[in-house]
Amino acid sequence: MNVVSLAGARTLFDKEILRFWKVSVQTVAAPVLTAVLYLLIFGHVLEAHVQVFPGVGYTSFLIPGLVMMSVLQNAYANSSSSLIQSKISGNLVFLLVSPLSHWAWFAAYVGASVVRGLAVGVGVFAVTVWFAPAHFAQPWWIVIFAVLGAGMLGTLGLVSGLWAEKFDQTAAFQNFLIMPMTFLSGVFYSVHSLPSFWQGLSHLNPFFYMIDGFRRGFFGVSDVSPWLSLVVVGASFLLVSAIALRLLATGYKIRS
Amino acid sequence: MPAVVFDQVAKTYAGARGEVRALAGVSFGIEEGEFFGLLGPNGAGKTTLISILAGLTRATHGTVTVMGHDVVSDYAAARRALGIVPQELVFDPFFSVRECLRIQSGYFGIRRNDAWIDELLAGLGLADKAEVNTRQLSGGMKRRVLVAQALVHKPRVIVLDEPTAGVDVELRQTLWGFIADLNKQGHTVLLTTHYLEEAEALCGRIAMLKQGRVVALDRTTNLLAGTASTMLRFKTDDALPVSVAGHARVTGRSAQVTAHDAAEVETILGQLRQGGVRVEDLEIGRADLEDVFLEIMQRETTT
Repeated sequence: MNVVSLAGARTLFDKEILRFWKVSVQTVAAPVLTAVLYLLIFGHVLEAHVQVFPGVGYTSFLIPGLVMMSVLQNAYANSSSSLIQSKISGNLVFLLVSPLSHWAWFAAYVGASVVRGLAVGVGVFAVTVWFAPAHFAQPWWIVIFAVLGAGMLGTLGLVSGLWAEKFDQTAAFQNFLIMPMTFLSGVFYSVHSLPSFWQGLSHLNPFFYMIDGFRRGFFGVSDVSPWLSLVVVGASFLLVSAIALRLLATGYKIRS
Repeated sequence: MPAVVFDQVAKTYAGARGEVRALAGVSFGIEEGEFFGLLGPNGAGKTTLISILAGLTRATHGTVTVMGHDVVSDYAAARRALGIVPQELVFDPFFSVRECLRIQSGYFGIRRNDAWIDELLAGLGLADKAEVNTRQLSGGMKRRVLVAQALVHKPRVIVLDEPTAGVDVELRQTLWGFIADLNKQGHTVLLTTHYLEEAEALCGRIAMLKQGRVVALDRTTNLLAGTASTMLRFKTDDALPVSVAGHARVTGRSAQVTAHDAAEVETILGQLRQGGVRVEDLEIGRADLEDVFLEIMQRETTT
């Protein structure tokens, strides 16, 4: 990318940040409140009954899961809702007539999604950290998995935003794919507590590795090796990125 | 070097009832500095042709270049040379007018452009709306913003797709004054419009499209001279005789009949007298572009 197209990509990135920031009550504050409600209710009900890792209370265990869930959902929501809104209102034309390459579109949409995901994640952590003792055993894993997970979900949002023709289609993608995969990934439990069949199934879910690797950074223990998680999450991210770049380069559903 | 070249451009869509042919091999060029009109009835393929030029649609066959850059293989250079005012009144509800213009400018790699943005705002009568959210603007104001967005990167070629549809007289005057100035400075202008008096007044050369084909392409003066040159205009309450009604255009009480020479005018007047038609406000005048347009479109239907 030369200087001109870098400036173009940077503009689109800034615009995407400004877009969610202008409605930050809905895009940042609301998901933080949701996560806090999950923590209060599940933490209250289960604190005395469940201990997942030795010496780690259930509320402490739950916080990283909720943070990562918020990161993933908001990264997805940012790119998918921005694209579908622009498609339906027709103002995507301003971008379509611009000289921006498919790389620039990809970098800007996914980059802004990562920022939104991390902003909400930090918000959730800042509010929930007061409810239980915090651990930071291996903080580099926290950063790596938060960024990779947000990037992967931002890319999935990009793909679904390109594919969808109506708001309910991006919502269906969210409700029938993203939500179940997040909930069944071990946000609220360790998959080791599951019967072996469900444990095996969980290991096919890339979201499991994101959350497990992310949690490793807090407690220094995890269900599987963080290196395995890194390989699975990295490979999944590369795969969906290749799909997204291909769709952008061919103008799938945006250039007839 | 021509500013725009369409070479054998064809486009077929997969429609619900098989293939729809929107363009059937369109070829023509627009020289640098021209004010060029693209006319045709609804569905003739004007917007499809402009969409291919802008890269919004891909041609099934043929090539298009802007300032020598192919719109597919060298799209970034082609789009930098092109400013498009879309037909649809679209806007981004998240941003103010100035923010929209800065963003659009940034897409073209120009991050600091406020001097030109201020000039655009002043020239298009938007200066007092700069900080207003685009959602709060009237239709006419939104149209002005679209024009400003298309010009924000100072494109060599400006394309206006029906820019005055549903626009009041004041904006038309502002808009054409502004565009005419840009044209004088050497910018090429391609215009589609339904207002044929605008095309007649502004365009040096005109192409007419019908059913995806070019059916006329000439200097505006030649088009006006080459077809039916005389028009009979009158008002009447009576029904026209069949012999006249065949080549007349009737709008309420007003009727216009084309004639090629004085003898034909005589014949028509005779037919009206014989048919017992009481004629008021009779005028004999020169044909305008609307008459030329209708004659060409009718001729293309009958052949």
